[in-house]
Amino acid sequence: MARVAFARHLYRFFPALEGREIRVKAATVAQAVAELERQFPGLAFYLVDEQGKLRQHVNIFIEEELVVDRERLSDSIQPETRLYVMQALSGG
Amino acid sequence: MPQRKPQRKPSRSKSPGSGPSRIILGTRKGTIILERGRTGWKAGKLAHGGVAVSYAARDERTGTWWAALEHGHWGPKLSRSADGEKWEDAPQIKYPEGTRYIDGYLNDDGSAAGVEAAMASAKPLRPKLVKASLKKIWYLGFGASDQPGRICAGTMPGGVFVSNDNGDTFELNMPLWNHSSRGGDLSQGECLGAKTFWFGGGAGVNGEHTPGIHSIFFDPRNSRRWFVALSCAGVLETSDDGKTWQGRNKGLLATFLPKPDVEWGHDPHYVMLSKNAPNHVWMQNHCGIFYSADGAQSWKMVSKEGRTAHFGFPVAADENDGKTAWVVPGIADDKRMAVGGALCVAHTQDGGKTWEELRKGLPQENAFDVVYRHALDIKGDALAFGSTTGNVYFSANRGKDWISLGYNFPPVYSVRFA
Repeated sequence: MARVAFARHLYRFFPALEGREIRVKAATVAQAVAELERQFPGLAFYLVDEQGKLRQHVNIFIEEELVVDRERLSDSIQPETRLYVMQALSGG
Repeated sequence: MPQRKPQRKPSRSKSPGSGPSRIILGTRKGTIILERGRTGWKAGKLAHGGVAVSYAARDERTGTWWAALEHGHWGPKLSRSADGEKWEDAPQIKYPEGTRYIDGYLNDDGSAAGVEAAMASAKPLRPKLVKASLKKIWYLGFGASDQPGRICAGTMPGGVFVSNDNGDTFELNMPLWNHSSRGGDLSQGECLGAKTFWFGGGAGVNGEHTPGIHSIFFDPRNSRRWFVALSCAGVLETSDDGKTWQGRNKGLLATFLPKPDVEWGHDPHYVMLSKNAPNHVWMQNHCGIFYSADGAQSWKMVSKEGRTAHFGFPVAADENDGKTAWVVPGIADDKRMAVGGALCVAHTQDGGKTWEELRKGLPQENAFDVVYRHALDIKGDALAFGSTTGNVYFSANRGKDWISLGYNFPPVYSVRFA
């Protein structure tokens, strides 16, 4: 299962994310976000809008590569992929 | 050089008279609740620290506190609290799948078409359709006394989300979303020929502009009759609890358009009716102050360019005397600053025929304050407002005397007695 790490700013709103390894069974980033929502209700709406589009100031990295499909998150992931949910530092 | 702000302790300002004992601020850096004790007003209970709060208010019917958050990264969220101290994410407002709106027009090759060229073309308009996603929760309107669970949220892009269960669930009002003034039902296909008269609007925290709904008010005599106002299109009324909507813009002037007396395209900044004289409705508009004595069926401009009371954002209507209202003027749309570097509240008691300038206790030099549309409130004889430069003022006697409740708040987006 893919492992997911989060920007620490999200711990404020989802304390359960802190200090544990989060794993999701998913073949795409979109499926990973859906699985995260199942484990942590409300989390998906912090990462994507109601159309499933990655929020403008949120980045998801697949290993060290930035996700390509920000509209539908169709980028594929492997069972041992590491995902990083980060803030996009737009604004300096 | 501007003078330094006075350094006295604002949190202990003594307050004359009686009246409301709590004020909730929505600010650029969180929700702040001010409370009045025996020694005066005291600022405390910061919530959502560091997060922009576009609107915050307490529903008197249930005692629930509400805050509309604008996270810089994580999107708009609705937050609520039973006691003003412990807050939690409320069930979130989301646009249903398939909701789209017009954001310009396209040429046949998909490139952006100039609006004027598109309008002049003999071909049917090809609208650029954008899937709706929540940019901002701009206002929360609490329903009439016979609708105990009714809460309406005004949003960007321009929607009204209605809850009848105290905010546990919200549903987008589709007749307004599909109104003919914005192109009708846009949920299917290319919608060739569809045209919107809504434009401009406020900005979300990320600077995205879409038309948005900032005023929602209910007729206390008939809760099935209510109104919304938005920037930019104007005012709409429903008399069947949201099933159908009619424009109510007769008499308004949009002086930024080639034809100022258009049906649509007006920019009300905020609209409020007199609670106990609901035929009297007040509007601070981009183009001046407008007043209606017939329940928004027609409007009359009651201000003049060049006078102090003309441009601004908020308006407060007296609860009982429909001809009485207050505004906080700015210079003009191209100079959004206090008039003459002096902060004043303008007050009319005759339906806008004359305006009195209330200045006692307000800074009369080196003031740059602008007061946003939701940052002036009234309750009985009490008034309070907050400014973009972080000053908050309170009057217990209808604006005759003002005291500061603090000089160093973040930019203030909303002020509501709680």
